[in-house]
Amino acid sequence: MAKAKNFPETQSGPRPAIAVEHAVKRYGDFEAVKDVSFSVAAGEIFGLLGPNGAGKSTLIRMMTTLIPITAGKAIIAGHDVAKEPDAVRRMIGVIPQALTSDPDLTVQENLSIYAKLYSVPKAQREKNIHEVLEAVDLLKWRDAQVKTLSGGMRRRVEIARGLVHNPSIFFLDEPTTGLDPVSRIAVWEMLNNLRTTRHLTMLLTTHYMEEADKLCDRIAIVDHGTLVALGTPIELKQSVPGANVVEVHFDRETPEWQARLEGLDGVTSVQAESAGFYRVLTSSGSATTMQLVELAASLGETLTSLSVQNTTLDDVFVHYTGRQLRDEQVKPPVFSMPPRPGARP
Amino acid sequence: MNRMLAIIEREMRKFFRSPTLMIMSLMMPILQLVIMGNAFGGKIVGARVAVVDYDHGPEAVRLRESFDAIAANIKTFKTVEYNDEMQAREDVRTGRIDAAVVIPAQYSRRVYSQDAPQLGLVVDNSDQFTSGSLEAEMQSLVTALTTPVIQPRLANSIALEIVELYPYVNYMKFLLPLTIALAMYISVMIGGGMLYIDDKARGVHEGYLVTPITKFELVFGMNIAGSMKAVLAGISLTVIGSLMAGLGVIFHPEALAELICLIIVTSIAFNGMMFLMMVRVDDPLVPRAMFGVLNTLLLYPSGGMYPIKAFPRWLQAISIIDPFTYCVHGFKAILLKDGGFQAIQFDLWFLLIFGIGTLLIATPLFKRTL
Repeated sequence: MAKAKNFPETQSGPRPAIAVEHAVKRYGDFEAVKDVSFSVAAGEIFGLLGPNGAGKSTLIRMMTTLIPITAGKAIIAGHDVAKEPDAVRRMIGVIPQALTSDPDLTVQENLSIYAKLYSVPKAQREKNIHEVLEAVDLLKWRDAQVKTLSGGMRRRVEIARGLVHNPSIFFLDEPTTGLDPVSRIAVWEMLNNLRTTRHLTMLLTTHYMEEADKLCDRIAIVDHGTLVALGTPIELKQSVPGANVVEVHFDRETPEWQARLEGLDGVTSVQAESAGFYRVLTSSGSATTMQLVELAASLGETLTSLSVQNTTLDDVFVHYTGRQLRDEQVKPPVFSMPPRPGARP
Repeated sequence: MNRMLAIIEREMRKFFRSPTLMIMSLMMPILQLVIMGNAFGGKIVGARVAVVDYDHGPEAVRLRESFDAIAANIKTFKTVEYNDEMQAREDVRTGRIDAAVVIPAQYSRRVYSQDAPQLGLVVDNSDQFTSGSLEAEMQSLVTALTTPVIQPRLANSIALEIVELYPYVNYMKFLLPLTIALAMYISVMIGGGMLYIDDKARGVHEGYLVTPITKFELVFGMNIAGSMKAVLAGISLTVIGSLMAGLGVIFHPEALAELICLIIVTSIAFNGMMFLMMVRVDDPLVPRAMFGVLNTLLLYPSGGMYPIKAFPRWLQAISIIDPFTYCVHGFKAILLKDGGFQAIQFDLWFLLIFGIGTLLIATPLFKRTL
């Protein structure tokens, strides 16, 4: 099993809503998910945090019966995904990354069709549609074609679609990707409300640290198909040495700064971000800041910026994976021009 | 069953919400019918034919008067005077004129003495249609000239009496069966091929796959919807095309019932074939790339344009398994010949078995997972 930092489970019920045991997914020789285990308690919001290509979507697809599990098992609401896929499908609502609602159909028509696909009785259908549209604040848009709605509203339609059959477990694959900050916050609020009003268990994947921090009761950090850490946001932050992060930018780069910063009191690690820019993890942000300012003044160096923050999930991710989550977002170029003949390397 | 109906409902709502798509899938074949019906159905008019007269005798004059009669009446060609045969040949070769008639010296004398008189016709046989028409016209003119003015009391030649079973079939009528088949094929290609793959690529199918819908319900839901769209295209094209081509057969209830049966089984066959081809395809470019080639591969061997008996054996083999062949044959039997159910019985059975067969092969190939 992958060596993950585990914290005490916070489940309240005897049976977890989701239990993943030693799940493996292989595509030929490539192992997309490597022996991952975790469980999610009923009513919990659980986040899978990791960069693109970490294996989050593969994990969620295995749990939602979309792709078969190579080894291990996933139990959803007491049903084995491999043995009782239909029973699992009836219990879950799934919002995939792609927008699955038909843009040519109205909101009402989309929901009605999905209610029929879940065999919601006719008498119940209208009531359910009304309730979910009310929950996502789209009642007045029910007769609008989906293609006429904004990105945020379309995402809310997706959420409504996933809830139209009253599932007990809700899977959301990157629910806010592509949304502007305002729409993103609106979706977070809506998901929190839904959890409270509908007693939903939610599992969501994200590569937004803030989203995981704000929404999730517990977070599993996934990297290269392995679960590297699991705990509540507070537990994860506390697990990182140093209570504060000091970000400092000098006006010029000198090679000595790394060693000088590491020598300051309370500093646990120093990370060079770019020329003259450092992230310093420290047990006391205020003391380190004072020392840093004094040191710079004594050496005649100029600080162009200085900030002190509490430890974030970004720091947690760096701590467990050795790199920043945002590094993963920048993909290497698909094609680079060959050097000109005679050009220097 | 309800889940299957939900898939059909979604597909049909989407179809009716896209009027442009609907109109394009109907208008393109109609446009093709109009253009091809008029382009291929026409006769040669106003061709330029050189006359090189080395005889100048009474029979040459009679011949030239006949040419003038053609130029004044059916207008197949008009004549241009040439003095030099070589120049006329050169002008045919370079395309300045379409053909040249050479009246040799002593032509009139040979006609009167019944000494195997000959006329020369120089044609540009790189254009088979024009040269063929001019040859036919000249041949009928020569036959008319050699026919005795006073018919012998006892005929010694064998006469062939041709009985045409059906009224004159112009090219637009002739092309209508193929055009209906083409409209249905386009509808299936767009509705069952391209939209299916596009939906897959957009993630719509992912939405279906997380619901408890069964593989059977999903496959048959999509195929029934695809067939319904093709039926609508087929009926619309049959009615519009028949009215345009001047065929009144659609007003006979029995023929209408036969047409509807044929349209339904054709839709099932085309849709089954398309689904089988697309069932494991994920790339939206594939159906677009296949469209033209598949069109040629299915349309031309069907016998809708050229008779199957004129094909080489390998092409005849394709036409045997090509559903277009039976669809076109069926439509011809009803629209042009009013042949009744008996004439289309085999076509109906073939198309039905073909459709069900391809669906039965495609269903296990359909993946219920991503």
